[in-house]
Amino acid sequence: MLDKIKLRLTESKLQISIFFVLIFLFLAFAIGNPRTFLSYNIYYAFMSIIPFAAIISIALTPIVILGEMDLSFPSVIGFCAWVFAATFTQYGNIYLALICSLATGLFAGFVNSIFIIRIGIPSLIVTIGMQYLWRGLVMIACGGIGLSLVDTQGTFLYKAFVGRIGNVVPAQALWAVVIAIVFALILNRHRFGVHLLCVGDDAVSSRMMGVNVEKVRTIAFMQMGFFAAFAGILASMEVLYFWPSTGEGYLMKSLASVFIGGTSVFGGTGTIFGTFVGSIIMGSLEAGIVSSGISGFWTKFIYGVVIVLSLTIYALMSKRTGFGKKLISFIKKIGTQKSR
Amino acid sequence: MKNDAVISPTSEVTQLLVKMENIHKSFGGVTALSGVDFEVGNNEIVGLIGDNGAGKSTLIKILTGVAKQDTGKIFWKGGELKNNNVEKTRNIGIETVYQDRALAEKQNIWRNLFLGREKVYGRTGFLRVAESKNDADKMLKEMIGFTQKGLAANLGVSGLSGGEKQGIAIARALYFDAELIILDEPTNNLSLSETNKVLNFCKEIKKQGKACIFITHSIYHVYAVADKFVILDRGKVVGTIWKKDITMDKLIENLEYIAKHGRLIKAYANA
Repeated sequence: MLDKIKLRLTESKLQISIFFVLIFLFLAFAIGNPRTFLSYNIYYAFMSIIPFAAIISIALTPIVILGEMDLSFPSVIGFCAWVFAATFTQYGNIYLALICSLATGLFAGFVNSIFIIRIGIPSLIVTIGMQYLWRGLVMIACGGIGLSLVDTQGTFLYKAFVGRIGNVVPAQALWAVVIAIVFALILNRHRFGVHLLCVGDDAVSSRMMGVNVEKVRTIAFMQMGFFAAFAGILASMEVLYFWPSTGEGYLMKSLASVFIGGTSVFGGTGTIFGTFVGSIIMGSLEAGIVSSGISGFWTKFIYGVVIVLSLTIYALMSKRTGFGKKLISFIKKIGTQKSR
Repeated sequence: MKNDAVISPTSEVTQLLVKMENIHKSFGGVTALSGVDFEVGNNEIVGLIGDNGAGKSTLIKILTGVAKQDTGKIFWKGGELKNNNVEKTRNIGIETVYQDRALAEKQNIWRNLFLGREKVYGRTGFLRVAESKNDADKMLKEMIGFTQKGLAANLGVSGLSGGEKQGIAIARALYFDAELIILDEPTNNLSLSETNKVLNFCKEIKKQGKACIFITHSIYHVYAVADKFVILDRGKVVGTIWKKDITMDKLIENLEYIAKHGRLIKAYANA
């Protein structure tokens, strides 16, 4: 029994450490400004803002696990949000708008996968191009002018997506949690999750064992497009307005959330829990810093420190490199030398 | 469902498990196989011998559906295999232990053992995790002597030794009850005792009434277990020799002759 617990702990040491980083941060915030961080309001604000980035980061995790990259999602968010707003403005049917927008997201992901799998452009590169392409389409389509979504207020979908449950919990927070749980189940308890991990680990071997590598990659990119659209719709409905710049600013934060969540850029490993906690850290840092009385100019610097620190912890913990052990013994050596 | 890849048996080849006919394959102008005929009988251990680049691995990849032949036919128990792919060949009972072992290094043992053939709840695709782990543990126990004691299904593959990895790859082939097990350079990078275990495993295959293709360039290893040797050289079969017709020394002599002249020594050419 004890062995089992030990094994579990070593298996999930990354998740445990990222969770402790989160707790440490919130303790620091609470010490820095107890009045803010001991009241419900700040958590209410977090729950209304963080879910958009969290959903995107969760959807991005399978792609990173595959050893691939998607940089096009901020623009896909923008374009799908425009499709949603424009369809709604034109036809006044919110369900039609929803379906069109989600379908556009799926299509955008499919286009990515075509270029990556059939034509063979590395995902990192082709999605840079796609990022400009979709953002360009947004600009052409809307002419740089935003669209009001005030009329969505009062619809059932509005309540279901960004309403306030019992006036205390924003609906989008529940969506993020549900999506995270579903993703975690698929990754750990579903055949597709095994295929994701194994293809990301060693695509050639997986193909030899009969895994349809192309299908796995296509699904990963298509779900990314789908959830980018979904997050775009939520974010636009939350502010009741479509901005031509919708989606910008999510890129670096979402990537950082995935990586400080412990997912490896080399593919083959990663957890949804880590990403979820990572996106909470990324989403709450700025408010925490400012409310602790530190000047707002420090925020980016502290972001950098947290990201680099957590990545360093992971690098040290991965036994495979042996770097951690060396470093620890090196520190011990220095310690003993000093004590002499 | 199980045999949907097999079409119309023809009577003349029913005694054979595998018959590959006039297989051609080239990769972007480089010819890997030019008109290879290859047969495996029931309960036969075939040593597929040849130098590096002779086309051994390509032939096997075509048989297992990893690669596709340009022209030529493959028969399984007398029925033609068409539109071969890995899933189909694994379903009809061909399991392969690849040279590079086909293990995902960062994943744990049980995920690797069932990769491509996960134990799931019906059509939902959700894993039977507990059952998979139990079966994997059982597999590891049954393979003991092959793999070290104390291996648990939950462990990652990356920390294992070469012999242990080979053991896992072979355990995987055994578990799925294949009728034909293909071992691609199974003794490469193995210690002496680990090699012996692999050879014992071959004898076990024979005892169980299964067939095996043993690919190697080490004649010493394959001579001990094979019934028949098929020698490939530069994309062609240069000779098929039964073990009863040749001693190991003569076999080596032949191989040296082939390397120089591209054909068997005359005395064996019609054997």
